[in-house]
Order: sequence, then structure tokens, then C-alpha cells
Amino acid sequence: MTAPLKHAAQLSAERAQTTSFYEASARTRVELLLDSGSFVEFVGPEKREVSPHLKIFDLPEQFDDGIVVGRGRLDGSPVFVAAQEGRFMGGAFGEVHGAKLTGLLRAAREIESIPVLILFDTGGVRLQEANAGELAIAEIMRAVMEARTAGVKVIGLIGGRSGCYGGGGLIAGCCSALAVSEPGRIAVSGPEVIETNRGVEEFDSRDRALVWRTMGGKHRRLLGAADVFTDDTVQGFRDAALELLGLVGAFGLDKLQAEQVRLTDRLRSFGTCRDAIDIWAAEGISHAETVPDLPADQFISLANKIGRTSRDAR
Amino acid sequence: MEDLSFQHRARERAGGTRQTAIIGVVASGNLEVLVERILSDAECRLEIKTAAVGFGEVWNAVIVDFVERYSPGGLKFSINDGGARPDTVSLRLAQAVRLIEEDDQ
Amino acid sequence: MTLDDILASLFPDGHDVKNDKGVIFGSATLRSGVKALVIGVADRTAVGLDEAIKLSGYVLDSLERETGPILVLVDSDSQRMSKRDELLGLNEFLSHLAKSLIYADMHRRPTIGLLYGHSAAGALLATGLATRVLVGLPGAAPAVMDLPSMAKVTKLSMEALEEKAKSTPVFAPGLSNLAKMGAVRVTWNDAGSLADQLDTLLANMPDAHDRRDALGKERGGRLKAAEIAERVRDLALQSQ
Repeated sequence: MTAPLKHAAQLSAERAQTTSFYEASARTRVELLLDSGSFVEFVGPEKREVSPHLKIFDLPEQFDDGIVVGRGRLDGSPVFVAAQEGRFMGGAFGEVHGAKLTGLLRAAREIESIPVLILFDTGGVRLQEANAGELAIAEIMRAVMEARTAGVKVIGLIGGRSGCYGGGGLIAGCCSALAVSEPGRIAVSGPEVIETNRGVEEFDSRDRALVWRTMGGKHRRLLGAADVFTDDTVQGFRDAALELLGLVGAFGLDKLQAEQVRLTDRLRSFGTCRDAIDIWAAEGISHAETVPDLPADQFISLANKIGRTSRDAR
Repeated sequence: MEDLSFQHRARERAGGTRQTAIIGVVASGNLEVLVERILSDAECRLEIKTAAVGFGEVWNAVIVDFVERYSPGGLKFSINDGGARPDTVSLRLAQAVRLIEEDDQ
Repeated sequence: MTLDDILASLFPDGHDVKNDKGVIFGSATLRSGVKALVIGVADRTAVGLDEAIKLSGYVLDSLERETGPILVLVDSDSQRMSKRDELLGLNEFLSHLAKSLIYADMHRRPTIGLLYGHSAAGALLATGLATRVLVGLPGAAPAVMDLPSMAKVTKLSMEALEEKAKSTPVFAPGLSNLAKMGAVRVTWNDAGSLADQLDTLLANMPDAHDRRDALGKERGGRLKAAEIAERVRDLALQSQ
């Protein structure tokens, strides 16, 4: 029957347009990002594959170990999806959590024609399983590059509560392209860690405006560290994913060589800038200090005018 | 951590055709509820792993209330709790039942 | 062992490897006659933008010239923790270094990590953990995170953490734990020459397939990773 299906798709799109990506759970993001009812989960919560390492710390487990992986459709075409739950253990990579993404990427490499969407929401390595988490990230980075070499498009979406930190930031740097929203953050060391190690003069972790200027979605978009900026709705990320899937080209040595040039130029151009505002001003943005307050649509126009992307050079 | 287990008779079988549903996230003040339609029509079981130790009585009261109101016959609830308040627990249990009572797509 | 000792023991026939403010770069002709690219990080230097971009440049430049192995010597701190490094996108620089090494390894320049000192977190991911084979040399002391920082974040005492570390290799620093995980494939000793041990490794190089999870299972350090990855992979392949 087509009538009820259409109704479900319409309802889903309406919900996607009004649902904050930042506020939504990983499961809700997946449900609303993909075509209605198309998602099939692999090793879901009913399999109860929990972390074997939390008991010793007397910590609660989650049945899916904080990541949802599976397959669905995006505008009719098949995609693999992995979505981290940023509220469970900070979305951090543990042994089981990481292995689910590794397996998904290895399958994608073999199939070659189905892209992978990674919805990052992570503080990095899960400390209670630090060695396993770090290794999982290393294996995921390798698996992303092997998949991309086989022709797979790997798109990262970043806009959750835990941001994309630590090893997550390194995996993001391996993706074919990235979409980011205002609440999204991408970095290696977190604000508190920098402050603890180097002092508050180096980085005041409680200065939210500083954190967002340095690591946040708008800055990453203007720097060219992310290719597309979206408003904080699931629909926005769905549109961004579709846009990037249409734009991303094949991976090869030329991309790495172009990235070497891109990053060298960035260092040369902005290596002595003290703050993001200096970088934005150097990019030719007048009233750079107003960038954080720009609404999404105005910011997107501005960013597109500046024109930095990295998808052909990453 | 503390493990708790509860068993109840329900008035009638929970509606709908879905076999499993999941709601919630394990975090401070929150919980996840995995519900599976695997028991006989009048049976209901809840198995809980909770980070808040010593609240068995409170769980009992919340669950008795829940079973009475929703009649979740045939359902097994498996819960990982990060120390949620009773009203959050009630909310999640209700959400879980509502989800599994939907029809399969 | 100092870096000079290590270089002398690895390359008894000579080398031109230099250490420039903590960034190692040069080449050496191996006993087989093959020329190896030698890069790395020395003196427990933190890996920041400036170090990473140099190292990735060396790797990429070498790709079209030769096909010998790339040896990555590591004695680093963690990634550099600074406002400037994050402002300019350190994650991309570290990823780019890892990607360059992975690309080389997949295209006829097999990569070998030689961990001879410390390394941690993002620096380890961009260097040693981005190679095909990671070797632990005498004196290697890697960590994902140091115990005092872990204690702070987990709100447990150092003693409590040390006690837990006795019953699991999954979180505490150290070479043997990373070996149990499958990260460090082999540990060398200073009884024999490093050149001999390198020759043995080169004669027995595994293929470019990442089997660290299987190794971790074999050694008892990671009992779930290989199985879970395999199950997800199978389900995904079947889902077509």
C-alpha cells in the first residue's frame, strides 16, 4: 500500500526538520536521517554485546556499547551508518564500540559501492579500556583508508554533545568529507586537558566562546577543515550528507599531495595568528568578531564565498 | 552496581506486533530499557542493573504501579540504569511499552 | 638505548639519519641492499603541526622515488597540547601523517614502527599505530594515557588503578600491555644486534592486511574485538 508509506515518509521528514541533531539520541538521528523505516541494525542491543571492561570499574553498561551500526537508505540509495551515542561514557571508543565500526568499514571495502556515514559524537578513547580503545581507533583509521582506496565514500557528520575529540578527530581527518553544525567541535586535545597541562593562560576551558572559536563548527568550516556547514537539524545533516555524497571524488595519491599543500599553506598563512578572529579577518571577513552570532543561512553564504573546502585535498 | 529482579502477573497481553524495542541512554540520571516480547501473555519480568545501590524498595513501588497501569503481559524488560530518578524510570517504562505496542512496519 | 646507539645498531653499514629538533629524517641502506626511508620523533618531543607536516612531507616525497621499507622511530610525548595547534586543525595534520604512512604501506613501501622511548595518545596514533608492524625496542614505554591523568578523570586513586591494572592489560601504560592488545607485534632485545632482528622481521613481513585484532585475541588481551568486527562485517555483507 503506497498511501501509508508516503505518510510515514512525510511525517519523518517533518520530524527531521524540527529535531535538533545535537539534542537527539544516536538512534533518533539514524531513524530520522535515513529514509523512513529503512534502517536495519547489526549487532543491536538485543544481542547484549556490552563492554567486558566496565564491571571492574563498577560502571553501568549499555547494550549497544554506545554505538548504533547498520544499513539503510538515503534518498533511495543504500548507505551504511554508524552513530555514536555521545551521552554514554562520553561517546568514547571502547573495544566492542570500536569493533562494530571496524567491521562495518571492512564490509564496505569489500562491497565497494555503498558509502559509509559516520555520525561522530565522541570524546575519544574510553579511558577504562584505553589500550583497546586506542587500538580500535587505529584499526578504524586503517579501515577507512582501505575502504576509500576501494572507492568507498566515507562521510563524517559532526554536531553532537561530545563533539569529535581525541582519536575521533583523527578518524574524522581520514574521512572523504565532513559536515559540521554550530554545536559541533573537532579537536584532538579537549579544552580541560589543554588547561590542565598548560595552564589557564594557554587555554581557559571555561571560556565557551573561546572553545567554539578555536574548535567549533563555524571555525572548522571557515578553515576548510569541514566542507559543509548545516543548521542543527537532522534534516540539515541529511541534506549535507546527500550533497557531499554527490560531490566527493575518488581517493588517490593526488588527494594526499593536495592535502600536504593545503596544510602547508594554512600554516604559512595563519601560523602566527593568536585567535580565530585573526584568521577570519585574514580571510577577508569584515567584522570577523560577529561570525559567532551569524545565523546559519548567513554563515553558510559567507563560508561559501570564502570558498575553503578540503574534499579534494584530504 | 546492584542487580534487581522482579516478576509480575499482568492482566492482559501487551498490544501490537513488535518483538523488541529500546529507549533511553545509560548516563547519570538516565537509563535504557530494552523490552522483548518473549514471555507468556500474563507474565512480565524486569531485570535491572543499577548504579544506584540500595533502592530496591523504590524500584518495587515504581514497577508495581507500572504493571498495574500498563498491563505489559508477555514482556521482559532489561534495564541498565545510571541512577535515574523514579519519575524518569516510570517515563522510560511507559515509553518502552508504547514503542513495542506499535505495529511492525 | 640512545637514538645514536639504535641507529648504529640498526644500520651497521652506515646511515645519513639526522635529528632536527626532535624530527628524525634520513635514509639507510639495509644489508639486503635495499634503501630504507627513516623518519620519526626523538627526545620525547610532542607531535604538533610543525612536526607532523614535516614527517608527512618526507613520506609523500619518498613514494615516487623508491620502494624500500619506511622505518618510523618513535620517542615522543603525546600530541602537542596548545591553543595554536588546535586552532590550526591539529587533527587534520596528525590524520594526514597517518594517512601518508598507510598509503605508503598499501603501495609498495611497507612501514615498520620502531618504538624506542615514550609515545602517547594522538602522537602514537599518527606514528607507531599507523604502521603495518610496530616493534617495541628496549626501553620503550608507550602509554595511551598516564595513570595520574586517568586517576583524575576516573576519580579513583592511583593505588586503586594500579590494583585493577594487575588483573587486566586493557588500560594501563606499558609495552607488554600493548603487545597483549595486538598493537606491538614483536619486542626486540638488546642482546643481539638490531640489524639482525630487523633482517629477520623483513624476511617475515606479514602482508598489508590489518590483523591486529586477531593478534589481540590470540594473546588474550582483546577477546571481543575480532569477533565483533567479523560479525558486523558478515551481517553487512549478507544485507545486500
